[in-house]
Amino acid sequence: MATSFLSIEQLTQRYPDGKGGEFTVFENASFGIEKGEFVCILGHSGCGKSTIMNILAGLAEPTSGVVKMDGRHVSGPSLDRGVVFQNYSLLPWLTALKNVTFGVSARFPGWSKAKVIEHSTAFLAKVGLTGDAIHRKPSQLSGGMRQRVSIARAFANEPKLLLLDEPFGALDALTRGTIQDELIKVWSDTDQTVFMITHDIDEAILLADRILLMTNGPMAQVAESVEITIPRPRVRNDIVEHPNYYAIRNHLVHFLAQRSAELSGQEPTVNQHPKPVRIVMTEEPEGEDPEPAPRLRAVEG
Amino acid sequence: MGTLSENKRAALLSVLLLVVGCLIWELSIPAQKAAGELTEYELLTGAGQPKAGVPPPSQVLAKAWEQLSNPFYDAGPNDKGIGIQIGYSIYRVLAGYLLAALIAIPLGFLIGMSSVAYKALNPFIQVLRPISPLAWMPLALFVIQDSEASAIFVIFICSIWPMLINTAFGVAGVREDWVNVARTHELGALKTAFTVILPAAAPTIVTGMRISIGIAWLVIVAAEMLVGGTGIGYYVWNEWNNLDLTSVIFSILMIGIVGMLLDSMFGLLQRTVAYTE
Ligand SMILES: Nc1ncnc2c1ncn2[C@@H]1O[C@H](COP(=O)(O)OP(=O)(O)OP(=O)(O)O)[C@@H](O)[C@H]1O
Ligand SMILES: [Mg+2]
Repeated sequence: MATSFLSIEQLTQRYPDGKGGEFTVFENASFGIEKGEFVCILGHSGCGKSTIMNILAGLAEPTSGVVKMDGRHVSGPSLDRGVVFQNYSLLPWLTALKNVTFGVSARFPGWSKAKVIEHSTAFLAKVGLTGDAIHRKPSQLSGGMRQRVSIARAFANEPKLLLLDEPFGALDALTRGTIQDELIKVWSDTDQTVFMITHDIDEAILLADRILLMTNGPMAQVAESVEITIPRPRVRNDIVEHPNYYAIRNHLVHFLAQRSAELSGQEPTVNQHPKPVRIVMTEEPEGEDPEPAPRLRAVEG
Repeated sequence: MGTLSENKRAALLSVLLLVVGCLIWELSIPAQKAAGELTEYELLTGAGQPKAGVPPPSQVLAKAWEQLSNPFYDAGPNDKGIGIQIGYSIYRVLAGYLLAALIAIPLGFLIGMSSVAYKALNPFIQVLRPISPLAWMPLALFVIQDSEASAIFVIFICSIWPMLINTAFGVAGVREDWVNVARTHELGALKTAFTVILPAAAPTIVTGMRISIGIAWLVIVAAEMLVGGTGIGYYVWNEWNNLDLTSVIFSILMIGIVGMLLDSMFGLLQRTVAYTE
């Protein structure tokens, strides 16, 4: 196996179950993420997605296993790994701009104050925040605006790896859509490696190069790695026309609705890697049949 | 009337209550005869001496005018202006209070950050906290041998607890997400303490400071009654010994007003550090 930019090797997490014993959230999970890739992870609530992310962020230690980035062990948090937390985690006593400069001045301690502000303002503008909104405190911003600030803070730091924990979980569908578009825009501008947790299948298809599927916990596994065979740039309204779209979507829905439960609790093999799945609807000229017959071909290996 | 804002109506009502209250007070006190109207017999039996009755508000007002028009005169140990007396009290309160803050806030940080420190110190705090500050007075006088320093010590000991407990509570309650923000930005311990934990805990800390200053102002009056010499507490007691009830009532009012000012200063501070999540 060629080593990836980010490689997760035999990660195991156990917690005390409160009755004197232990329960295993996941065991021997291994997968890799390439540089510049946008990877989403899908799985039911409680399967351990946040746990994996906290380990990648260095905020938590796994029971066993290692995470390597650029060939180096990850231990403890670092400015190389930026995090967008599920609940925004903005500092409520600072304005939107100061929340971003807070990060930028930690990342680039040598920069002048003016440069820090300029850089931060630019990133806030990238996510659509300009004018006097950036001088307001988080409590005076809408949920969507807060999440924009949080995304700007993470991107402005230009980390090698960006970790997003259900960044749009608390937003309404419309806001979600706009911020997803902004996220794509910032990401394609910066070419960052992104690892994102989500509950939303359509969001994952829109954003990701690859989707990792987790089975239900306890003893969850990262069972499959589904490549999103839809070319970029992707536009929300157009991708549903792509022949691969529904095939991929059906595969994901089927996994989450049925197979994630069937596969759960199985003893994982040592150094288990997710099964790569590549769905391509052949012989179908692009954009003709919005809901093709499931003549999909899963390429294994 | 209906067009006035709520605040204005409330202010009008306050003034009305004050005026009515003073009028009732004024009218319920039998007027004392002026000295000229007294018979010789009455003068001989001492009826001309000011009686130790409750004075009417008009007299208190006159006293206030007299005192406040020259608050800083100093005519010997038993006759100083109200400004000087209050100044002494404020000095003692601030000295004791600042010493307490200097110890309580860093210690509170420590207790809030480390559960071992919390558990180790908690029994001491629980025993020492309910002790009336004045109960320390004899011991303080004996050990320190100086009434001034003893009064400051008593202020110190009574104002330390709310600050200590609130600081510990505020620091321990800082949301883990915010600490994680500091961690993912690789902030050092000191930087985290000042840029994340302190602002996050500031509202709770300042609430503790506000409670402390209130208690300190309550206690200084009692402490000065005990140690004597100077200060507003001593002044009240001294005027009581002189049977000058007008001065007693006037100084009670002054104690209230200074207490209110101290409190509103911290109220202001509280508003500047407040944040909504
Ligand atoms: N500190 C902890 N102590 C004990 N158990 C924990 C701890 N943290 C997480 N768990 C357990 O680990 C499992 C995975 O939790 P995690 O938060 O990673 O789930 P998740 O996949 O992110 O779920 P969601 O989609 O709801 O956010 C859950 O069963 C949870 O109860
Ligand atoms: Mg989660």
